Amino acid sequence: MSPIELTIWQTIGAFFTIAIFSFLYKDNPLYKIAESIVVGVAAGYFTVLLFWTSLKPKFWDQIITHRDGVLVIDKWWYIIPGILGLLMYFHFSSKFAWISRYPLCLYIGIGSGIAIPLSLQTFVLRQVEATMLPVSLYPLEAQSINNLLIVLMVVAALIYFFFSMEHKGVVGKTATFGIWVIMVGFGASFGYTVMARVSLLIGRIQFLLVDWLHWVK
Amino acid sequence: MKRRIPMLIVSITGILMTIQYFIPHPWSEAMYNNALDWLVIIGIFAMPLGIYSMIRIQVLKIQRRSRGWGYAVISLISLFAMLGLGYTQECLESGTFFMKIFEFIYIPIQATMFSLLAFYIASAAYRAFRARNILATIVLAGAIIVMLGRIPIGEAISPFLPDLAAWIMTVPNMAAQRAIMIGLGLGAASTAMKIVLGIERSYMGME
Repeated sequence: MSPIELTIWQTIGAFFTIAIFSFLYKDNPLYKIAESIVVGVAAGYFTVLLFWTSLKPKFWDQIITHRDGVLVIDKWWYIIPGILGLLMYFHFSSKFAWISRYPLCLYIGIGSGIAIPLSLQTFVLRQVEATMLPVSLYPLEAQSINNLLIVLMVVAALIYFFFSMEHKGVVGKTATFGIWVIMVGFGASFGYTVMARVSLLIGRIQFLLVDWLHWVK
Repeated sequence: MKRRIPMLIVSITGILMTIQYFIPHPWSEAMYNNALDWLVIIGIFAMPLGIYSMIRIQVLKIQRRSRGWGYAVISLISLFAMLGLGYTQECLESGTFFMKIFEFIYIPIQATMFSLLAFYIASAAYRAFRARNILATIVLAGAIIVMLGRIPIGEAISPFLPDLAAWIMTVPNMAAQRAIMIGLGLGAASTAMKIVLGIERSYMGME
């Protein structure tokens, strides 16, 4: 990209950056224009992206391939999900809308079947495994205390979510400790999110002052 | 035909996909990979529905001359411009006009929109964190320590603040996230089981 072309594109980027920042003053036409453009551009971009990176290689190229310059049908069974995908359009027919349930149910069935072992493996077993870290008492190290604290805090937080027992006595006190842990976690996550947003803001200001205007080196 | 067959499809495919996870055989893996491809293909066929819905809403706005109909024209022009520019696979290569629009229009707008949240999050925090009770105070303290611990002024206030922020992130925060993730995993697995066993039918519009 030539320097002039880069400047033109950066000016366009700066215009839209300022247009979005103008919302801080109040809702205005400049902001709405930028908003409308991003809606259209995003829909168009992701449609094109999905078409060329998913639909073509996973559907079209699986069914039809080039062999010695001749088009041949390869994995014919890939036509089936295509047909099922088309069946979804029966959703618009009041009489045959029930047909659109078939592809939807296949989708939900496969998705649920995969989710059962996968969510247990990823979200339960791996998390439990990562929580149960070794604790060395002789010599007692800071890392060991932290590992023990993590186990206690995870158990307490889980007890807070466990409603099959009344939160009274020891269970109630553990649940209270659990909610405290969760609140510290929420606070930390919130603080982390704020920092991420502020760093994005700094990035945009840097784009305007350093990349575009060259006011700051 | 209208309800039993779809439910049978859910149960059979659900049980098959659950069982295949425990069978380390090339056939099982091939079935899993094919099923994933099928999911992607069926999902992509749903995409035109979304685009159609978007176009319909914008066209209706223009036809009715609703308030701000001009913005609907801009959205439609942007959409069709992107679809037109993306007519070949090469459009996704770096340096093309299509990618420049993405890089210099979409990314700046998106990044600026997210950065705007830095302003609104501050006012939201004020309303949410006013130390009204012990729990709100804990959230407030956690957020302040983490924020201060990650900037130079935090270290100037106390040299222990960065370490405390790091400890909060790696011990109580991690413990809370783990507990939430374990709960999420159990919830997702049980909901999926209910769907496969036909107990949960709300996806078919049934109670």
